[in-house]
Amino acid sequence: MTTTTGSAAAEFSRRQQSPLQRLQHVLHGRPWLSPLFLLVVAFVAFFIATPTFLTASSMGILLQQTAVVAALAVGQTLIILTAGIDLSVGAVMVLSMMVMASLAADGGMPGLIALLIGVALATGAGALNGFLVTRINLPPFIVTLGTLSIFTAIALLYSGGSSIQADRMPRLLNFLGEGFGIGAFRLTWGIVVVALIYIVMGFVISQTAWGRYVYAVGDDRESARLSGVPSKRILLGVYTVAGLIYGLAAWLLIGRAGAATPNAVPDANLQSITAVVIGGTSLFGGRGTLIGTLIGALIVQTFAFGLSQLGVDQQWRYLAIGVLVIVAVAIDQWIRKVKA
Amino acid sequence: MSAERLPLTHDAIPESRRHIYESDPILSARDLVITFGRVVGLDGVNLDLYKGEVLAVIGDNGAGKSTLIKCITGAYVPDSGTLELEGKRVTFRRPQDAREAGIETVYQQLAVIPALDIASNLYLAREERRPGILGSVFRMLDKKGMKERAGTSVQNLGIQTIQNMGQAVETLSGGQRQAVAVARAAAFGSKVVVLDEPTAALGVKESGMVLDMIKQLRDTGLAVILISHNMPHVWEVADRIHIQRLGGCAGVITPQSHEMGDGVAIMTGAKTLEPTA
Amino acid sequence: MHSLPVRPSRAAHRLVASAAIVGLALTATACNRSSSSDTAAGGSGGGEESVGVTLITKDSTNPFFVAMQNGAKEDAGKNNVKLTVASGKQEGDDQGQITAIEDSIARGDKGILITPMSTGVNAAIKKARDAGLYVIALDTPPDPADTVDITFATDNRLAGKLDGEWAAATLDGKPAVIALLDLFDDKIVSVDYNRDQGFLEGMGIDVGDPKKNGDEAKTGKYTGGKGGDYTIVCNEASNGAEDGGRSAMERCLAKNKDINLVYTINEPAAVGANAALKAAGNSDAIIVSVDGGCAGVDSVKKGVIGATSQQYPLKMATLGMEAIAKIARGGEAPKPTDGLDFFNTGVKLVTDEPVDGVESIDSTEGADICWGK
Repeated sequence: MTTTTGSAAAEFSRRQQSPLQRLQHVLHGRPWLSPLFLLVVAFVAFFIATPTFLTASSMGILLQQTAVVAALAVGQTLIILTAGIDLSVGAVMVLSMMVMASLAADGGMPGLIALLIGVALATGAGALNGFLVTRINLPPFIVTLGTLSIFTAIALLYSGGSSIQADRMPRLLNFLGEGFGIGAFRLTWGIVVVALIYIVMGFVISQTAWGRYVYAVGDDRESARLSGVPSKRILLGVYTVAGLIYGLAAWLLIGRAGAATPNAVPDANLQSITAVVIGGTSLFGGRGTLIGTLIGALIVQTFAFGLSQLGVDQQWRYLAIGVLVIVAVAIDQWIRKVKA
Repeated sequence: MSAERLPLTHDAIPESRRHIYESDPILSARDLVITFGRVVGLDGVNLDLYKGEVLAVIGDNGAGKSTLIKCITGAYVPDSGTLELEGKRVTFRRPQDAREAGIETVYQQLAVIPALDIASNLYLAREERRPGILGSVFRMLDKKGMKERAGTSVQNLGIQTIQNMGQAVETLSGGQRQAVAVARAAAFGSKVVVLDEPTAALGVKESGMVLDMIKQLRDTGLAVILISHNMPHVWEVADRIHIQRLGGCAGVITPQSHEMGDGVAIMTGAKTLEPTA
Repeated sequence: MHSLPVRPSRAAHRLVASAAIVGLALTATACNRSSSSDTAAGGSGGGEESVGVTLITKDSTNPFFVAMQNGAKEDAGKNNVKLTVASGKQEGDDQGQITAIEDSIARGDKGILITPMSTGVNAAIKKARDAGLYVIALDTPPDPADTVDITFATDNRLAGKLDGEWAAATLDGKPAVIALLDLFDDKIVSVDYNRDQGFLEGMGIDVGDPKKNGDEAKTGKYTGGKGGDYTIVCNEASNGAEDGGRSAMERCLAKNKDINLVYTINEPAAVGANAALKAAGNSDAIIVSVDGGCAGVDSVKKGVIGATSQQYPLKMATLGMEAIAKIARGGEAPKPTDGLDFFNTGVKLVTDEPVDGVESIDSTEGADICWGK
């Protein structure tokens, strides 16, 4: 008897929903829809506004410009899903990049070995973050604030502050900057690697138990633990995998810049967090998707590139992106208030 | 080598339910003692739990009711005393041990993940993978299968307000969340389900739904321990009522043998229970 | 890592305008439909004789670059140049410059004026030149210099040398106790060693490796002016900013409070150094600097800075735009100054205490032609 009244009540509340509430519901299930909408609007707007935006070569450039941050943002997404934050992304990437470049250029190591050592180092750096977060129980913000300085300092000390040109490195290290194209539309192998990272991690996060635990730990760590999820192991794993991805981003960056410079991408942490947040992932953890992050990274670059093609001085784009971040977080807060 | 049974208040148990007590208890606790520094948490408590019954545990704050439950579910390790599950001696060092042995707990804070959907919550930390290479090599989850089986187990509890297993738990009402948590506790071949204040935060209708669910659990042959402050609820669903007082057991009554007022009086020490023969 | 000081006043003052721009971008569907049919506005300037040029500085907060940007914007109309201004976010942001170079190629610009951040942008510059753009480096020559078509720059070595010669003459045979406030200590950039080592060369001190700061003997004799004993107390990084200059000077004073000659990489650092000297009660030290921004010239007038080598960033950008416009319209490409591997845009020493044998102008004259008013 209770059941019939219950479902009648549910039916009643369903009918009561305003269009806005229905939208809220849709977005709750698919938080990447609003950034996707924004991306499409931006594309249409820039297409109308400037003839040099939606061309084959421009689209190739846009993807190339997005690649490094998009890769870093995968690691950042994993960490933010666990309600953490990683300020050391760029530092880990640069350290890994300087080590692989220097081992190959100055140490004469074969490219593959140098690459593997560099990526392993980044993985280890991620694991160190994870260790400090899970075993010493420090807040991720503090841990990565510390390791940001530590890894940056090590990279500067190790490299002596000087950069290494790609022509001194074996081809493999610079390979991701090489490309292929269909007419004027040129892609680099780096973009292919980023696509693979998204496909693999997208699968892991949405189709495996591990991925589900990442969400569970981020949403409510204590409940996850009581449910039998090995919270600490998952967290450690997340930081380690993020480190691995930063190592791959280091490889990408060498190809992109044609050099390894110890102070490259100084605000990589903020750029990656921006992409994640605009992509609809909640800074409070447990909510978000990798596809959203990819869209977020694309939005940032689309605005920057589109405004540049309009001949707008680039200072204004920071303002535009600032507005986007605040709007994205406001939408996230609104979506979280969804009721049955 | 199972412990001797505790005496039952047999004559106060209705004829229709007497069969429950013909078999041996599924869970027996004997002389449980636990101290916290100089504070005595439990002072030699005994308890028998039978398959298919609802045993309510009531008591004032600090009477040791939570402590008793935590000793049974592995959250605390008693200083002395024994636990037997289906006649076998068991020792729980952590909650995971108790769960593996078949004792499921629905915590007051529910331990559900709001952002995940119902099926994901039911199967949290017990995910099932796809058959074949997709599962073994790619570790792919069998989302569809889990969703279907989740639907079945929720239905088995007689909960009809939850239809869509893909719905996020945070969009559910308090009673529905409680139902998800109970469904999870009941779903995995468990023998004993412990419910900690399941109706505390619910309205009248939702409480009714949860009480129905508890009866459903009992009827499927599970042993249920219900901790509650709500006497009408206890008197509605319980077969027997274990009264904790000052770290010890003040007695076991039944809704038929005593009025609610008597129960509260025993709980607070205003009355003492005459030992039954 | 090394951000030069942000100047909030400027940011605030542009807020209204920028809000409008963002509004434009966000609602571009509505606004730009009309502008795309309007040939005068819009981005491409196709069909017109207008020549697209992008000016890419290291950042947009250092007054030197701000002056360069503003000057270029003012002069863009003269040569019918459609100018776009871009920069890295801060010192060291190679990626920001690479992105700006790619944007410029995509926009179909005819040329790029760039103050290259580091060798990290060389590959992107090459891409631009391959795409047919004429690339001029401003202020900082790239390494190697032939990465770009030509460099328009101040002779930083000469700028340092003028400071050194003036300082040696001013000391008049007294022993020199020197503090060197450089730009960085964690990376090597040419402007840093050229000014520092140029200064020491001007003093008549043997510099050892001319591309390396700090490898000279810490004590010895200087031969400039009447000559005398010298002691180098410190090489400290100032990051080219007031706060950095002050901290650097404080560290130097902690080593030796009798410093009487301070070389600074630029005027903001000099201002910071002066604050530290004052706080330490040292009023005798002579400060020399490089840049010649209006604020710096004012410091010379007030006696805070003894002498500064003035350079002409507006001229760099203006000459650069002229050159690109000329080439795009079929004219001839510019050639390097004789004896140098770049086009020298000039440097003059500004001081109110001129010395024999060192050509200089006074602060009043310097204020007339300074940048960043």
